[in-house]
Amino acid sequence: MAKRIDVSGLSAFYGTTKAIEDISMTVEPRSVTAFIGPSGCGKSTFLRTLNRMHEVIPGARVEGKVMLDDENLYGSNVDPVAVRRSVGMVFQRPNPFPTMSIYDNVVAGLKLAGVKKKSVLDGVVEKSLKGANLWNEVKDRLNKPGAGLSGGQQQRLCIARAIAVEPQVLLMDEPCSALDPISTLAIEDLIGELKTQYTIVIVTHNMQQAARVSDRTAFFNLAGVGQPGKLIELDDTQRIFSNPSVQATEDYISGRFG
Amino acid sequence: MTSSPPATSQGRAGRSRRDSRFGDKVFFNFSRGAGILLLVIMAAIAGFLAYRSALALGKNEGNFLTTFEWTPDGVKPVFGIAVLAFGTLVSALIAMLIAVPVAVGIALFISHYAPRRIAQPFAYLVDLLAAVPSIVYGLWGVLFLVPHMDGLTSWLNEYLGWTYIFDQTKNGAPARNLFTVGILLAIMVLPIITAVTREVFRQVPRMHEEAALALGATRWEMIRTAVLPFGRPGIISASMLGLGRALGETIAVAIVLSSNSQLSLHLLDPGGGTFAQNIALKFNESQPFGRDALMASGLVLFVITLLVNGAARMIIARRKEYSGANA
Repeated sequence: MAKRIDVSGLSAFYGTTKAIEDISMTVEPRSVTAFIGPSGCGKSTFLRTLNRMHEVIPGARVEGKVMLDDENLYGSNVDPVAVRRSVGMVFQRPNPFPTMSIYDNVVAGLKLAGVKKKSVLDGVVEKSLKGANLWNEVKDRLNKPGAGLSGGQQQRLCIARAIAVEPQVLLMDEPCSALDPISTLAIEDLIGELKTQYTIVIVTHNMQQAARVSDRTAFFNLAGVGQPGKLIELDDTQRIFSNPSVQATEDYISGRFG
Repeated sequence: MTSSPPATSQGRAGRSRRDSRFGDKVFFNFSRGAGILLLVIMAAIAGFLAYRSALALGKNEGNFLTTFEWTPDGVKPVFGIAVLAFGTLVSALIAMLIAVPVAVGIALFISHYAPRRIAQPFAYLVDLLAAVPSIVYGLWGVLFLVPHMDGLTSWLNEYLGWTYIFDQTKNGAPARNLFTVGILLAIMVLPIITAVTREVFRQVPRMHEEAALALGATRWEMIRTAVLPFGRPGIISASMLGLGRALGETIAVAIVLSSNSQLSLHLLDPGGGTFAQNIALKFNESQPFGRDALMASGLVLFVITLLVNGAARMIIARRKEYSGANA
Protein backbone atom coordinates (compact mmCIF):
# COMPACT_ATOMS: atom_id res chain seq x y z
CA MET A 1 0.00 0.00 0.00
CA ALA A 2 2.66 2.54 0.95
CA LYS A 3 4.88 3.76 -1.84
CA ARG A 4 8.19 5.56 -2.13
CA ILE A 5 8.25 9.12 -3.42
CA ASP A 6 11.20 10.16 -5.52
CA VAL A 7 11.37 13.81 -6.54
CA SER A 8 13.95 15.15 -8.94
CA GLY A 9 14.58 18.66 -10.23
CA LEU A 10 11.18 19.97 -9.26
CA SER A 11 10.29 23.66 -9.58
CA ALA A 12 6.83 25.17 -9.10
CA PHE A 13 5.47 28.47 -10.37
CA TYR A 14 2.55 30.79 -9.70
CA GLY A 15 2.20 32.56 -13.03
CA THR A 16 5.69 33.89 -13.66
CA THR A 17 6.77 33.75 -10.01
CA LYS A 18 8.96 30.83 -9.13
CA ALA A 19 7.89 29.55 -5.71
CA ILE A 20 10.25 26.62 -5.29
CA GLU A 21 13.37 25.74 -7.20
CA ASP A 22 15.06 22.51 -8.17
CA ILE A 23 13.99 20.27 -5.32
CA SER A 24 15.12 16.65 -5.24
CA MET A 25 14.42 14.24 -2.41
CA THR A 26 13.36 10.73 -1.59
CA VAL A 27 10.60 9.91 0.88
CA GLU A 28 10.72 6.37 2.23
CA PRO A 29 7.54 4.29 2.48
CA ARG A 30 6.04 3.65 5.93
CA SER A 31 7.78 6.63 7.45
CA VAL A 32 6.90 10.15 8.50
CA THR A 33 8.77 12.95 6.79
CA ALA A 34 8.34 16.45 8.19
CA PHE A 35 8.85 19.67 6.22
CA ILE A 36 9.95 22.65 8.30
CA GLY A 37 11.07 26.12 7.41
CA PRO A 38 10.10 29.78 7.69
CA SER A 39 6.87 31.13 6.21
CA GLY A 40 6.96 31.53 2.45
CA CYS A 41 9.75 29.01 1.95
CA GLY A 42 7.52 26.90 -0.29
CA LYS A 43 7.03 23.83 1.88
CA SER A 44 3.25 23.84 1.44
CA THR A 45 3.65 24.52 -2.28
CA PHE A 46 6.03 21.60 -2.54
CA LEU A 47 3.61 19.37 -0.63
CA ARG A 48 0.85 20.29 -3.04
CA THR A 49 2.97 19.32 -6.03
CA LEU A 50 3.08 15.77 -4.65
CA ASN A 51 -0.60 15.15 -5.42
CA ARG A 52 -0.93 17.66 -8.26
CA MET A 53 -3.05 19.99 -6.15
CA HIS A 54 -0.67 22.85 -6.95
CA GLU A 55 -2.04 23.17 -10.45
CA VAL A 56 -5.67 23.73 -9.40
CA ILE A 57 -4.70 27.34 -8.73
CA PRO A 58 -5.12 29.33 -11.96
CA GLY A 59 -1.77 30.01 -13.59
CA ALA A 60 0.16 27.55 -11.43
CA ARG A 61 2.48 25.01 -13.03
CA VAL A 62 5.21 22.56 -12.22
CA GLU A 63 8.47 21.46 -13.84
CA GLY A 64 10.36 18.33 -12.91
CA LYS A 65 9.58 14.78 -11.95
CA VAL A 66 7.75 13.13 -9.06
CA MET A 67 8.03 9.34 -9.09
CA LEU A 68 5.61 7.29 -7.02
CA ASP A 69 7.48 3.98 -7.06
CA ASP A 70 7.97 3.76 -10.83
CA GLU A 71 5.20 6.02 -12.05
CA ASN A 72 5.90 9.65 -12.91
CA LEU A 73 2.99 11.72 -11.53
CA TYR A 74 3.72 14.38 -14.14
CA GLY A 75 3.87 11.96 -17.05
CA SER A 76 2.03 13.14 -20.14
CA ASN A 77 -0.72 10.54 -19.95
CA VAL A 78 -1.26 10.69 -16.20
CA ASP A 79 -4.66 11.95 -15.03
CA PRO A 80 -4.32 14.33 -12.05
CA VAL A 81 -7.66 13.03 -10.76
CA ALA A 82 -6.22 9.53 -10.52
CA VAL A 83 -3.10 10.88 -8.78
CA ARG A 84 -5.22 12.51 -6.08
CA ARG A 85 -7.04 9.24 -5.48
CA SER A 86 -3.78 7.53 -4.61
CA VAL A 87 -2.18 10.44 -2.75
CA GLY A 88 -4.51 11.66 0.01
CA MET A 89 -4.36 15.06 1.62
CA VAL A 90 -5.31 16.63 4.95
CA PHE A 91 -5.50 20.41 5.06
CA GLN A 92 -4.50 23.10 7.51
CA ARG A 93 -8.04 23.92 8.54
CA PRO A 94 -10.44 21.02 9.07
CA ASN A 95 -12.67 21.01 6.01
CA PRO A 96 -15.35 18.34 6.28
CA PHE A 97 -18.12 18.92 3.76
CA PRO A 98 -20.61 21.06 5.71
CA THR A 99 -23.59 19.72 3.80
CA MET A 100 -22.82 16.09 4.60
CA SER A 101 -23.25 13.83 7.60
CA ILE A 102 -20.25 12.25 9.32
CA TYR A 103 -20.99 9.03 7.44
CA ASP A 104 -21.23 10.72 4.05
CA ASN A 105 -18.05 12.66 4.68
CA VAL A 106 -16.09 9.46 5.26
CA VAL A 107 -17.43 7.74 2.15
CA ALA A 108 -17.25 10.82 -0.08
CA GLY A 109 -14.09 9.60 -1.80
CA LEU A 110 -15.46 6.09 -2.29
CA LYS A 111 -18.67 7.42 -3.76
CA LEU A 112 -16.62 9.45 -6.22
CA ALA A 113 -14.84 6.23 -7.16
CA GLY A 114 -18.22 4.65 -7.84
CA VAL A 115 -18.59 2.38 -4.78
CA LYS A 116 -22.28 2.17 -3.94
CA LYS A 117 -22.79 -1.05 -1.97
CA LYS A 118 -24.08 -0.21 1.49
CA SER A 119 -22.33 -3.10 3.22
CA VAL A 120 -18.97 -2.09 1.76
CA LEU A 121 -19.48 1.54 2.70
CA ASP A 122 -20.56 0.63 6.24
CA GLY A 123 -17.41 -1.41 6.69
CA VAL A 124 -15.18 1.35 5.38
CA VAL A 125 -16.81 3.94 7.63
CA GLU A 126 -16.14 1.88 10.74
CA LYS A 127 -12.63 0.95 9.69
CA SER A 128 -11.65 4.50 8.69
CA LEU A 129 -13.14 6.14 11.76
CA LYS A 130 -11.42 3.57 13.96
CA GLY A 131 -8.23 4.23 12.03
CA ALA A 132 -8.63 7.92 12.77
CA ASN A 133 -9.37 7.27 16.47
CA LEU A 134 -12.80 8.86 16.10
CA TRP A 135 -15.12 5.84 16.04
CA ASN A 136 -15.94 5.75 19.75
CA GLU A 137 -16.82 9.42 19.81
CA VAL A 138 -19.14 9.45 16.80
CA LYS A 139 -20.46 5.91 16.32
CA ASP A 140 -23.88 6.87 17.75
CA ARG A 141 -24.31 9.93 15.57
CA LEU A 142 -23.00 9.00 12.16
CA ASN A 143 -25.93 10.71 10.50
CA LYS A 144 -25.35 14.03 12.22
CA PRO A 145 -23.56 16.79 10.30
CA GLY A 146 -19.79 16.61 10.26
CA ALA A 147 -19.58 20.34 10.85
CA GLY A 148 -21.11 19.85 14.32
CA LEU A 149 -17.96 18.19 15.67
CA SER A 150 -15.20 20.00 17.54
CA GLY A 151 -12.20 21.24 15.57
CA GLY A 152 -10.01 18.30 16.58
CA GLN A 153 -12.75 15.80 15.80
CA GLN A 154 -13.35 17.48 12.44
CA GLN A 155 -9.67 17.12 11.59
CA ARG A 156 -9.74 13.44 12.53
CA LEU A 157 -12.86 13.12 10.38
CA CYS A 158 -10.87 14.59 7.51
CA ILE A 159 -8.12 12.07 8.14
CA ALA A 160 -10.73 9.29 8.15
CA ARG A 161 -12.07 10.65 4.86
CA ALA A 162 -8.57 10.67 3.40
CA ILE A 163 -7.67 7.11 4.48
CA ALA A 164 -11.09 5.70 3.51
CA VAL A 165 -9.93 5.49 -0.11
CA GLU A 166 -6.75 3.65 1.01
CA PRO A 167 -4.23 6.01 -0.57
CA GLN A 168 -0.57 5.13 -1.02
CA VAL A 169 0.61 8.38 0.48
CA LEU A 170 -0.92 10.77 3.01
CA LEU A 171 0.02 14.44 2.78
CA MET A 172 -0.69 16.69 5.75
CA ASP A 173 -0.45 20.46 5.46
CA GLU A 174 -0.03 21.82 9.00
CA PRO A 175 -2.85 19.56 10.23
CA CYS A 176 -2.66 20.78 13.82
CA SER A 177 -2.13 24.49 13.40
CA ALA A 178 -5.83 25.27 13.96
CA LEU A 179 -6.18 22.87 16.90
CA ASP A 180 -5.74 23.04 20.67
CA PRO A 181 -2.93 21.07 22.39
CA ILE A 182 -5.14 18.11 23.39
CA SER A 183 -6.46 17.66 19.87
CA THR A 184 -2.93 18.13 18.55
CA LEU A 185 -1.74 15.30 20.75
CA ALA A 186 -4.53 13.06 19.47
CA ILE A 187 -3.55 13.77 15.87
CA GLU A 188 0.13 13.20 16.59
CA ASP A 189 -0.62 9.83 18.20
CA LEU A 190 -2.68 8.99 15.15
CA ILE A 191 0.17 9.88 12.81
CA GLY A 192 2.36 7.48 14.74
CA GLU A 193 -0.17 4.69 14.16
CA LEU A 194 -0.84 5.54 10.51
CA LYS A 195 2.80 5.38 9.51
CA THR A 196 2.79 1.59 9.84
CA GLN A 197 0.60 1.55 6.72
CA TYR A 198 1.15 4.80 4.88
CA THR A 199 3.89 7.02 3.59
CA ILE A 200 3.25 10.26 5.44
CA VAL A 201 4.51 13.72 4.63
CA ILE A 202 3.66 16.50 7.08
CA VAL A 203 4.26 20.23 6.86
CA THR A 204 4.55 21.86 10.25
CA HIS A 205 5.49 25.19 11.76
CA ASN A 206 5.98 23.55 15.08
CA MET A 207 9.50 22.21 15.43
CA GLN A 208 8.69 20.22 18.55
CA GLN A 209 5.98 18.52 16.55
CA ALA A 210 8.41 17.67 13.78
CA ALA A 211 10.77 16.25 16.38
CA ARG A 212 7.99 14.22 18.02
CA VAL A 213 6.29 12.66 15.00
CA SER A 214 8.77 12.39 12.17
CA ASP A 215 11.50 9.96 11.20
CA ARG A 216 13.05 12.28 8.66
CA THR A 217 12.98 16.07 8.52
CA ALA A 218 13.47 18.34 5.53
CA PHE A 219 14.43 21.96 6.10
CA PHE A 220 13.38 24.51 3.48
CA ASN A 221 14.57 28.08 3.26
CA LEU A 222 14.55 31.04 0.91
CA ALA A 223 17.35 33.45 0.18
CA GLY A 224 15.09 36.50 0.56
CA VAL A 225 11.64 37.90 -0.11
CA GLY A 226 10.61 37.13 -3.68
CA GLN A 227 13.27 34.44 -4.02
CA PRO A 228 12.18 30.85 -4.64
CA GLY A 229 12.27 28.41 -1.74
CA LYS A 230 14.85 25.65 -1.75
CA LEU A 231 15.46 22.42 0.07
CA ILE A 232 18.40 23.03 2.38
CA GLU A 233 18.81 19.59 3.86
CA LEU A 234 16.97 16.35 4.49
CA ASP A 235 18.18 13.98 7.14
CA ASP A 236 17.08 11.80 10.03
CA THR A 237 15.03 13.90 12.39
CA GLN A 238 17.31 13.18 15.30
CA ARG A 239 20.32 14.37 13.35
CA ILE A 240 18.57 17.52 12.08
CA PHE A 241 17.69 18.55 15.61
CA SER A 242 20.98 17.58 17.23
CA ASN A 243 23.70 17.97 14.69
CA PRO A 244 22.56 19.40 11.34
CA SER A 245 25.14 19.60 8.62
CA VAL A 246 24.11 23.05 7.37
CA GLN A 247 24.52 26.19 9.46
CA ALA A 248 21.17 27.69 8.35
CA THR A 249 19.33 24.65 9.67
CA GLU A 250 20.99 24.99 13.03
CA ASP A 251 20.17 28.72 13.13
CA TYR A 252 16.53 28.00 12.32
CA ILE A 253 15.93 25.20 14.79
CA SER A 254 17.69 27.04 17.56
CA GLY A 255 15.41 30.01 16.98
CA ARG A 256 17.97 32.44 15.62
CA PHE A 257 15.65 33.36 12.71
CA GLY A 258 12.32 32.39 11.17
CA MET B 1 -2.08 32.61 12.16
CA THR B 2 -3.95 35.82 12.81
CA SER B 3 -3.59 37.61 16.11
CA SER B 4 -6.48 37.54 18.54
CA PRO B 5 -8.84 40.56 18.66
CA PRO B 6 -9.44 40.81 22.47
CA ALA B 7 -6.09 42.54 22.96
CA THR B 8 -7.20 45.62 21.05
CA SER B 9 -10.82 45.91 22.19
CA GLN B 10 -9.97 47.02 25.71
CA GLY B 11 -8.23 50.22 24.69
CA ARG B 12 -11.03 51.23 22.38
CA ALA B 13 -13.80 50.79 24.96
CA GLY B 14 -12.32 53.42 27.25
CA ARG B 15 -11.87 56.03 24.53
CA SER B 16 -15.39 56.82 23.47
CA ARG B 17 -17.89 54.77 25.35
CA ARG B 18 -20.54 57.49 25.23
CA ASP B 19 -20.21 58.03 21.48
CA SER B 20 -20.51 54.40 20.64
CA ARG B 21 -23.53 54.02 22.96
CA PHE B 22 -25.21 56.90 21.15
CA GLY B 23 -24.39 55.35 17.79
CA ASP B 24 -25.73 52.02 18.98
CA LYS B 25 -28.97 53.62 20.03
CA VAL B 26 -29.46 55.47 16.75
CA PHE B 27 -28.65 52.43 14.69
CA PHE B 28 -30.82 50.14 16.81
CA ASN B 29 -33.81 52.44 16.51
CA PHE B 30 -33.26 52.95 12.82
CA SER B 31 -33.10 49.25 12.04
CA ARG B 32 -36.02 48.46 14.34
CA GLY B 33 -38.01 51.24 12.68
CA ALA B 34 -37.22 49.87 9.25
CA GLY B 35 -38.41 46.46 10.36
CA ILE B 36 -41.63 47.83 11.78
CA LEU B 37 -42.20 49.90 8.65
CA LEU B 38 -42.06 46.76 6.56
CA LEU B 39 -44.69 45.08 8.75
CA VAL B 40 -46.91 48.16 8.57
CA ILE B 41 -46.71 48.25 4.77
CA MET B 42 -47.48 44.55 4.52
CA ALA B 43 -50.42 44.90 6.89
CA ALA B 44 -51.71 47.93 5.02
CA ILE B 45 -51.66 46.11 1.69
CA ALA B 46 -53.21 42.97 3.12
CA GLY B 47 -55.85 44.96 5.00
CA PHE B 48 -56.73 47.02 1.94
CA LEU B 49 -57.00 43.95 -0.25
CA ALA B 50 -59.02 42.06 2.36
CA TYR B 51 -61.46 44.94 2.87
CA ARG B 52 -62.12 45.53 -0.83
CA SER B 53 -62.31 41.81 -1.47
CA ALA B 54 -64.90 41.32 1.24
CA LEU B 55 -67.12 43.92 -0.44
CA ALA B 56 -67.02 42.01 -3.70
CA LEU B 57 -67.08 38.45 -2.43
CA GLY B 58 -70.29 39.01 -0.48
CA LYS B 59 -72.21 39.70 -3.67
CA ASN B 60 -70.61 37.07 -5.88
CA GLU B 61 -73.26 34.79 -7.38
CA GLY B 62 -70.74 32.21 -8.52
CA ASN B 63 -68.18 30.16 -6.62
CA PHE B 64 -65.11 32.36 -6.30
CA LEU B 65 -62.65 29.49 -6.41
CA THR B 66 -64.11 27.31 -9.16
CA THR B 67 -65.87 29.70 -11.53
CA PHE B 68 -64.28 30.20 -14.95
CA GLU B 69 -66.06 33.41 -15.97
CA TRP B 70 -65.09 36.90 -14.93
CA THR B 71 -68.24 39.08 -15.25
CA PRO B 72 -68.50 41.01 -11.99
CA ASP B 73 -70.25 43.95 -13.62
CA GLY B 74 -73.03 41.89 -15.16
CA VAL B 75 -76.62 41.93 -14.02
CA LYS B 76 -75.84 38.87 -11.97
CA PRO B 77 -72.23 39.37 -10.78
CA VAL B 78 -70.33 36.14 -11.38
CA PHE B 79 -66.57 35.87 -11.13
CA GLY B 80 -64.06 33.20 -10.18
CA ILE B 81 -60.34 32.71 -10.15
CA ALA B 82 -60.11 29.15 -11.50
CA VAL B 83 -58.67 30.19 -14.84
CA LEU B 84 -56.47 32.89 -13.36
CA ALA B 85 -55.02 30.66 -10.66
CA PHE B 86 -54.38 27.92 -13.19
CA GLY B 87 -52.78 30.31 -15.67
CA THR B 88 -50.65 32.02 -13.05
CA LEU B 89 -49.34 28.82 -11.49
CA VAL B 90 -48.80 26.99 -14.77
CA SER B 91 -47.01 29.82 -16.55
CA ALA B 92 -44.84 30.39 -13.48
CA LEU B 93 -44.14 26.67 -13.22
CA ILE B 94 -43.10 26.49 -16.89
CA ALA B 95 -40.89 29.52 -16.33
CA MET B 96 -39.22 27.91 -13.31
CA LEU B 97 -38.70 24.56 -15.02
CA ILE B 98 -36.86 26.30 -17.83
CA ALA B 99 -35.15 29.14 -15.97
CA VAL B 100 -33.73 27.44 -12.85
CA PRO B 101 -31.56 24.80 -14.57
CA VAL B 102 -30.38 27.28 -17.19
CA ALA B 103 -29.64 29.92 -14.54
CA VAL B 104 -27.67 27.45 -12.42
CA GLY B 105 -25.76 26.45 -15.53
CA ILE B 106 -24.92 30.04 -16.42
CA ALA B 107 -23.97 30.80 -12.83
CA LEU B 108 -21.64 27.79 -12.69
CA PHE B 109 -20.12 28.78 -16.00
CA ILE B 110 -19.40 32.28 -14.72
CA SER B 111 -18.16 31.21 -11.29
CA HIS B 112 -16.29 27.99 -12.05
CA TYR B 113 -15.71 27.33 -15.73
CA ALA B 114 -15.16 30.51 -17.72
CA PRO B 115 -11.73 32.14 -17.69
CA ARG B 116 -11.81 35.32 -15.65
CA ARG B 117 -11.60 37.73 -18.58
CA ILE B 118 -14.69 36.14 -20.15
CA ALA B 119 -16.59 35.62 -16.90
CA GLN B 120 -16.54 39.28 -15.93
CA PRO B 121 -18.16 40.77 -19.07
CA PHE B 122 -20.47 37.79 -19.25
CA ALA B 123 -21.72 38.52 -15.74
CA TYR B 124 -22.34 42.15 -16.69
CA LEU B 125 -24.32 40.99 -19.70
CA VAL B 126 -26.59 38.90 -17.49
CA ASP B 127 -27.09 41.80 -15.10
CA LEU B 128 -27.97 43.97 -18.08
CA LEU B 129 -30.77 41.58 -19.02
CA ALA B 130 -32.30 42.20 -15.60
CA ALA B 131 -32.47 45.93 -16.35
CA VAL B 132 -34.58 45.57 -19.51
CA PRO B 133 -38.08 46.89 -18.74
CA SER B 134 -40.77 44.26 -18.83
CA ILE B 135 -42.75 46.07 -21.51
CA VAL B 136 -39.81 45.53 -23.85
CA TYR B 137 -39.93 41.81 -23.08
CA GLY B 138 -43.66 41.90 -23.76
CA LEU B 139 -43.24 43.59 -27.12
CA TRP B 140 -40.41 41.25 -28.05
CA GLY B 141 -42.60 38.36 -26.97
CA VAL B 142 -45.54 39.32 -29.12
CA LEU B 143 -43.58 40.57 -32.13
CA PHE B 144 -40.83 37.95 -32.24
CA LEU B 145 -41.49 35.01 -29.94
CA VAL B 146 -45.14 34.40 -30.83
CA PRO B 147 -44.53 34.17 -34.62
CA HIS B 148 -41.57 31.83 -34.02
CA MET B 149 -43.27 29.34 -31.73
CA ASP B 150 -44.83 27.17 -34.45
CA GLY B 151 -42.13 24.52 -34.63
CA LEU B 152 -42.01 23.93 -30.90
CA THR B 153 -45.76 23.96 -30.38
CA SER B 154 -46.48 21.52 -33.19
CA TRP B 155 -43.78 19.20 -31.87
CA LEU B 156 -45.27 19.34 -28.36
CA ASN B 157 -48.73 18.82 -29.77
CA GLU B 158 -47.64 15.80 -31.75
CA TYR B 159 -45.70 13.98 -29.04
CA LEU B 160 -47.26 15.28 -25.81
CA GLY B 161 -50.75 16.00 -27.03
CA TRP B 162 -52.07 13.08 -25.01
CA THR B 163 -51.32 14.98 -21.79
CA TYR B 164 -54.35 17.18 -22.49
CA ILE B 165 -52.53 20.38 -21.55
CA PHE B 166 -50.38 20.12 -24.70
CA ASP B 167 -53.33 19.19 -26.89
CA GLN B 168 -53.72 21.86 -29.54
CA THR B 169 -57.38 22.19 -30.49
CA LYS B 170 -57.04 25.27 -32.69
CA ASN B 171 -54.42 24.67 -35.34
CA GLY B 172 -52.86 27.67 -37.01
CA ALA B 173 -53.82 30.17 -34.33
CA PRO B 174 -51.07 32.54 -33.20
CA ALA B 175 -49.18 31.21 -30.18
CA ARG B 176 -50.54 33.79 -27.76
CA ASN B 177 -50.95 31.15 -25.09
CA LEU B 178 -49.80 30.18 -21.61
CA PHE B 179 -46.89 28.16 -22.92
CA THR B 180 -45.41 31.12 -24.76
CA VAL B 181 -45.95 33.21 -21.66
CA GLY B 182 -44.07 30.60 -19.62
CA ILE B 183 -41.10 30.82 -21.95
CA LEU B 184 -41.19 34.60 -21.90
CA LEU B 185 -41.32 34.63 -18.11
CA ALA B 186 -38.41 32.19 -18.00
CA ILE B 187 -36.30 34.65 -19.97
CA MET B 188 -37.40 37.49 -17.71
CA VAL B 189 -36.55 35.74 -14.43
CA LEU B 190 -33.33 34.21 -15.72
CA PRO B 191 -31.07 37.20 -14.88
CA ILE B 192 -32.16 37.55 -11.26
CA ILE B 193 -31.82 33.82 -10.55
CA THR B 194 -28.45 33.75 -12.31
CA ALA B 195 -27.13 36.78 -10.46
CA VAL B 196 -28.02 35.45 -7.01
CA THR B 197 -26.85 31.88 -7.57
CA ARG B 198 -23.62 33.16 -9.11
CA GLU B 199 -22.82 35.09 -5.94
CA VAL B 200 -23.63 32.06 -3.79
CA PHE B 201 -21.41 29.80 -5.88
CA ARG B 202 -18.60 32.33 -5.62
CA GLN B 203 -18.83 32.17 -1.84
CA VAL B 204 -18.25 28.44 -1.62
CA PRO B 205 -15.13 28.26 0.56
CA ARG B 206 -12.05 27.35 -1.42
CA MET B 207 -11.20 24.74 1.22
CA HIS B 208 -14.35 22.74 0.51
CA GLU B 209 -13.60 22.71 -3.19
CA GLU B 210 -10.03 21.63 -2.48
CA ALA B 211 -11.29 18.92 -0.14
CA ALA B 212 -13.27 17.43 -3.00
CA LEU B 213 -10.45 17.81 -5.52
CA ALA B 214 -7.96 16.20 -3.15
CA LEU B 215 -10.24 13.17 -2.88
CA GLY B 216 -9.92 12.68 -6.61
CA ALA B 217 -12.99 14.53 -7.80
CA THR B 218 -13.16 15.78 -11.36
CA ARG B 219 -14.31 19.35 -11.92
CA TRP B 220 -17.94 18.30 -12.27
CA GLU B 221 -17.73 15.95 -9.27
CA MET B 222 -16.21 18.76 -7.22
CA ILE B 223 -19.15 20.97 -8.18
CA ARG B 224 -21.57 18.20 -7.30
CA THR B 225 -20.01 17.38 -3.92
CA ALA B 226 -18.94 20.83 -2.73
CA VAL B 227 -20.50 23.65 -4.73
CA LEU B 228 -24.10 22.63 -5.40
CA PRO B 229 -24.93 21.33 -1.89
CA PHE B 230 -23.39 24.45 -0.35
CA GLY B 231 -25.30 26.65 -2.78
CA ARG B 232 -28.62 24.81 -2.37
CA PRO B 233 -30.28 27.30 0.00
CA GLY B 234 -29.08 30.09 -2.26
CA ILE B 235 -30.51 28.39 -5.34
CA ILE B 236 -33.85 28.02 -3.56
CA SER B 237 -33.86 31.65 -2.42
CA ALA B 238 -32.93 32.83 -5.90
CA SER B 239 -35.67 30.72 -7.42
CA MET B 240 -38.16 32.24 -5.00
CA LEU B 241 -37.15 35.72 -6.08
CA GLY B 242 -37.63 34.67 -9.69
CA LEU B 243 -40.89 32.91 -8.92
CA GLY B 244 -42.22 36.00 -7.19
CA ARG B 245 -41.52 37.99 -10.32
CA ALA B 246 -43.04 35.33 -12.58
CA LEU B 247 -46.21 35.10 -10.48
CA GLY B 248 -46.69 38.84 -10.42
CA GLU B 249 -45.50 39.82 -13.90
CA THR B 250 -48.16 42.01 -15.43
CA ILE B 251 -47.43 44.00 -18.51
CA ALA B 252 -45.46 41.46 -20.56
CA VAL B 253 -48.13 38.83 -19.93
CA ALA B 254 -50.90 41.29 -20.72
CA ILE B 255 -49.31 42.13 -24.06
CA VAL B 256 -48.97 38.51 -25.14
CA LEU B 257 -52.36 37.46 -23.74
CA SER B 258 -54.24 40.62 -24.64
CA SER B 259 -57.59 39.31 -25.81
CA ASN B 260 -58.37 37.24 -22.76
CA SER B 261 -61.73 36.22 -24.18
CA GLN B 262 -61.37 32.49 -24.48
CA LEU B 263 -59.90 30.94 -21.36
CA SER B 264 -58.69 27.39 -21.77
CA LEU B 265 -56.78 24.70 -19.92
CA HIS B 266 -55.07 23.72 -23.16
CA LEU B 267 -51.72 25.51 -22.82
CA LEU B 268 -51.12 25.70 -26.55
CA ASP B 269 -54.50 27.21 -27.38
CA PRO B 270 -54.70 30.97 -27.55
CA GLY B 271 -55.99 32.62 -24.43
CA GLY B 272 -55.55 31.99 -20.74
CA GLY B 273 -54.95 34.51 -18.06
CA THR B 274 -53.07 35.28 -14.90
CA PHE B 275 -54.04 37.31 -11.84
CA ALA B 276 -51.88 40.29 -12.68
CA GLN B 277 -52.68 40.22 -16.40
CA ASN B 278 -56.41 40.03 -15.68
CA ILE B 279 -56.23 43.02 -13.35
CA ALA B 280 -54.24 45.06 -15.88
CA LEU B 281 -56.62 44.30 -18.72
CA LYS B 282 -59.88 44.74 -16.81
CA PHE B 283 -59.14 47.53 -14.39
CA ASN B 284 -59.90 50.50 -16.65
CA GLU B 285 -63.14 49.16 -18.04
CA SER B 286 -64.46 47.97 -14.68
CA GLN B 287 -67.16 49.52 -12.53
CA PRO B 288 -66.29 50.11 -8.87
CA PHE B 289 -67.71 46.71 -8.01
CA GLY B 290 -65.66 45.04 -10.71
CA ARG B 291 -62.58 46.70 -9.30
CA ASP B 292 -63.34 45.22 -5.88
CA ALA B 293 -63.61 41.84 -7.54
CA LEU B 294 -60.18 42.40 -9.09
CA MET B 295 -58.87 43.24 -5.62
CA ALA B 296 -60.15 39.88 -4.44
CA SER B 297 -58.09 38.16 -7.13
CA GLY B 298 -55.14 40.30 -6.09
CA LEU B 299 -55.55 39.08 -2.53
CA VAL B 300 -55.37 35.48 -3.74
CA LEU B 301 -52.11 36.22 -5.57
CA PHE B 302 -50.80 37.84 -2.39
CA VAL B 303 -51.65 34.72 -0.38
CA ILE B 304 -50.21 32.35 -2.99
CA THR B 305 -46.94 34.28 -2.98
CA LEU B 306 -46.80 34.16 0.82
CA LEU B 307 -47.44 30.41 0.84
CA VAL B 308 -44.80 29.74 -1.81
CA ASN B 309 -42.22 31.77 0.08
CA GLY B 310 -43.14 30.09 3.36
CA ALA B 311 -42.70 26.68 1.78
CA ALA B 312 -39.27 27.68 0.49
CA ARG B 313 -38.23 28.95 3.92
CA MET B 314 -39.29 25.64 5.43
CA ILE B 315 -37.26 23.67 2.91
CA ILE B 316 -34.19 25.75 3.75
CA ALA B 317 -34.76 25.63 7.51
CA ARG B 318 -35.22 21.87 7.58
CA ARG B 319 -31.61 21.35 6.55
CA LYS B 320 -30.18 24.28 8.44
CA GLU B 321 -27.61 22.27 10.38
CA TYR B 322 -26.19 21.12 7.06
CA SER B 323 -26.11 24.58 5.55
CA GLY B 324 -22.42 25.12 6.10
CA ALA B 325 -23.12 28.48 7.69
CA ASN B 326 -21.19 27.47 10.80
CA ALA B 327 -18.16 26.18 8.94
